[in-house]
Amino acid sequence: MREEKEKLYYVQNIPVPETPRPTHTPSAWKETKIIGKRLPRVDAYERVSGSAIYPSDISLQDMLYGAILRCPHAHAKVLSIDTREAEKIPGVRVVITGNTPGAALDWPYLRGFKTKLFDPHCRHEGEEIAALAAETPYQAWDAIKAIKVKYEILPFVVDELKALDAGAPAIHQEGNLSGETQGYERGDVEKGFAEADVVLEESYRTESELHTPMELHGCVAKWDGDRLTVWESTQGVYAVQARIAEVLGLPLANVRIIGHYMGGGFGSKLQAGKYSIIAALLAKKTAQPVKLFLTREETFLCVGNRPPSNMKLKAGVKKDGTLTAFEFSCIGTGGAYPAGGTSLVDWQIRDLYKCPNVRTKMTDVFINAGPSRPCRAPGHPQGSWALEQMLDALAEAIKMDPVELRLKNISPYSQAREGNPPYTTTGLKECLEEGARAFGWEEGRRKTAETKKSGHIRRGVGMASCLWFAGGGGPPSTVIIKLFSDGSVNLNMGASDIGTGTKTVMAMVVSEELGVPMEKIQIEHADTGTTQYATPSGGSKTVPTESPAVRAAAVEVKRQLFELASKDLKVNVTDLILKDGEVISKQDPSKKIKIAEVPDLKRRGVLLGVGYRGPNPEGKVVNPFAAQFCEVEVNTKTGEVKILRFLSANDSGRVMNRLTYDNQVIGGITWGIGLAMTETRILDEKQTGKMVNRNWHDYKLPTALDVPMEVKSLPIELDDPQANTTGAKGLGEPVTIPTAAAIANAVYHATGIRVTMTPINPIKLCQLFSQRGKEG
Amino acid sequence: MGKKENEKCEKGITRRGFLQVMGAGAVVSATTHGLSAEHVTEVMEPAEMTKVKLLVNGRRHRLLVEPRWSLLFVLREKLGLTGTKVGCDRGECGACTILINGQLRYACMTLAVEAEGKEITTLEGLMKGEELGPVQQAFLEHDAFQCGYCTPGQIMAVEGLLRSNANPSLEEIRQGLSGNLCRCGAYEHIFGAVQRAANLRRGKGGAS
Repeated sequence: MREEKEKLYYVQNIPVPETPRPTHTPSAWKETKIIGKRLPRVDAYERVSGSAIYPSDISLQDMLYGAILRCPHAHAKVLSIDTREAEKIPGVRVVITGNTPGAALDWPYLRGFKTKLFDPHCRHEGEEIAALAAETPYQAWDAIKAIKVKYEILPFVVDELKALDAGAPAIHQEGNLSGETQGYERGDVEKGFAEADVVLEESYRTESELHTPMELHGCVAKWDGDRLTVWESTQGVYAVQARIAEVLGLPLANVRIIGHYMGGGFGSKLQAGKYSIIAALLAKKTAQPVKLFLTREETFLCVGNRPPSNMKLKAGVKKDGTLTAFEFSCIGTGGAYPAGGTSLVDWQIRDLYKCPNVRTKMTDVFINAGPSRPCRAPGHPQGSWALEQMLDALAEAIKMDPVELRLKNISPYSQAREGNPPYTTTGLKECLEEGARAFGWEEGRRKTAETKKSGHIRRGVGMASCLWFAGGGGPPSTVIIKLFSDGSVNLNMGASDIGTGTKTVMAMVVSEELGVPMEKIQIEHADTGTTQYATPSGGSKTVPTESPAVRAAAVEVKRQLFELASKDLKVNVTDLILKDGEVISKQDPSKKIKIAEVPDLKRRGVLLGVGYRGPNPEGKVVNPFAAQFCEVEVNTKTGEVKILRFLSANDSGRVMNRLTYDNQVIGGITWGIGLAMTETRILDEKQTGKMVNRNWHDYKLPTALDVPMEVKSLPIELDDPQANTTGAKGLGEPVTIPTAAAIANAVYHATGIRVTMTPINPIKLCQLFSQRGKEG
Repeated sequence: MGKKENEKCEKGITRRGFLQVMGAGAVVSATTHGLSAEHVTEVMEPAEMTKVKLLVNGRRHRLLVEPRWSLLFVLREKLGLTGTKVGCDRGECGACTILINGQLRYACMTLAVEAEGKEITTLEGLMKGEELGPVQQAFLEHDAFQCGYCTPGQIMAVEGLLRSNANPSLEEIRQGLSGNLCRCGAYEHIFGAVQRAANLRRGKGGAS
């Protein structure tokens, strides 16, 4: 599946090594003692006590503070930079620009595209012009303000629908089309529409979202001679290492990245930033450690976004609910550089529902805005916004229940992939049926229909379903487990815990396999100097990737332990099991020994097991599925929408920890509420091209007042022994894909108004209500 | 800092309340230029160091600060109390929520010199030795966080809420936490933790 590998955005632009296959594959767990329980996190104490040290908390002796001067214009050329006044500011140690020796570095984007680290052609607001380090951040910002830059201000375009117009300002010499227009086709779409009883066509749009994780993007950089250590707020230490080593031309061994804790990323911290390189340069020039964390405003301008999507969907359906054809197009933008502006937007349309005739076309254009980065389930919530609202409309047109229409169109195999490989499991049917039952779908439809007749407070229910194109994980991953002579364990893995509970789940795998209590497991992770290779934590693939490698390492330690114990107990190794910290003979349970008392283990002090992530099943696809249901209350006088309740039914394979599982579900729904109702990047299209709402006051995240009172998580736990040796599939992304569309469908059900463009806010709803009033 | 300044801080402010009074523009100028004109009794140069005594979690600190330094900067970068987090540095997210004289404050919107002589409590101050305070314990049990970066501020906001309202309703909890953003979106687990914390504080332990 070469095509798929190319699409794995979380490893785009970084080298991915191959790890050896595991020597043997353990069979699926039948019963579990630890896995699946509701266990608090192994690092909860640190996180709630304040003792967890995040990269932004790092403070080193003699440390300086860095700051970056950024271009204030949407499109400009730097004519000259005068740093003389800045250098005189007390406390300032160094000022660097693109002309500083050692700073004329290339910065890579996708498809081999490169700019300079400090590029004189600034193609979006916030491009890096100069940087400096000072004794305090206050002095640093004084100095930034003292740098004088002469710009030639260029005409800009920030509306992606105008970027290809004749006469639009060219952002790159080759024009404003980012790469080739992507197309996909199967079957005969025209024939499909001809066969349909109902054909509907609609335009949809989702606005650009900003990741804005709570911890700012940045790092602390420190040199020891020619060896660099960087404490970075990142989803993947090895990805950061690769980029920094590449850009600075350093051996990998000389670049150590540490990222034990990190305050959120959502895709925007999958790789190093320009700030990582700049911090390293400033630290090198001053021979002092440098802390460089961006300001909140900078994180709105230059560290990624979910691209806006302008979509058109035409769909045909027969009266019996058979889908006959989809035709989909999308114009999107990854900003000023190649960054995947339409990446995966069509995937739901291509793969989710059974449909023989599908054509999609996606056009990615350049605009003068910050480049996008993968954002929680790239492309999927946008495509879902179009597809799931369309399904709702088709169901109404053929007078069929929306759940029933989806149930009629479940595919057991992936239609979008070459050769139509089957999914190892598809729990979509169960998600829909059990979800509808637990939510009270039919009753909800009936009840709300009755309240519709009068009054300005209208209730409605809506639903949507999804799949997530990744979420099966896969190699590479290497994990080391050390079993000490007293029976305690050290778990060593490279993966970052980005807040999803990775460390806790992996400790549970060790505990399950070795019978060691959780409190006797110490975890070392996310440090390229001391832990093993892992891909960045993203794509909802961390649990399905790492947990089988952890299990393999534990199984290997167990094998070695049994070898030692069998000599002592004088039984065959195949006769031994581990239970409650003891090695026991199955045939004669009186023959047993505590792990800590195995003589050979005592002598050796430690057993070391290496585990690798085995390959995914050949010719099959491992994908998570989900269906979500919600009820809303709309005030037709004020346009306010209250989300009363939500239910998420998720087929993500085995539930590893029910507590952190449910947490992902509620977090994903909160994100979906943001996309549907509150979040919009606003660019000043006419006057300046600058971003207007570059802070959390003007850019609205969902708050405690915006989430529903009631959220139910309903795991659909299907056995999936083929997926991997723990049977887990990804969760963090499927939980946010259908949310926005489910809300839009509920609002339609409540009001009869279909909101095809995000955000569903009071202003927009009131406009739509009054429009309907005029139209009668 | 005179006595008058102390009196200004008796009533806690919420993010919304603060913005309603000040307006967003004033918030920015307050952070970059320090004290607003009406409170200034003495003109100080921005970079001039001044002595300040801070009482943080029961411990006295004497240090030299620039008048424009925020309490957040001093707590984190000068005193090493990194439990208080920096999310926006302009009073929008609540990650730096602390208690000053028992009232909830954003440390990013408070100058270090303003906090002179006042009782400052940070997340670290809720600990009893190595033991977690009730709100911290409740957050642990209910998994009321994901990445954990907004968590110190959330915990402080809950501490402040429960000090003034020992048994808040769900609606009061939502209102009380509306000035603290959680980008991971773990709000429902936070609501559960607040109810649990209220029970723990009233001495009602038992299963969560």
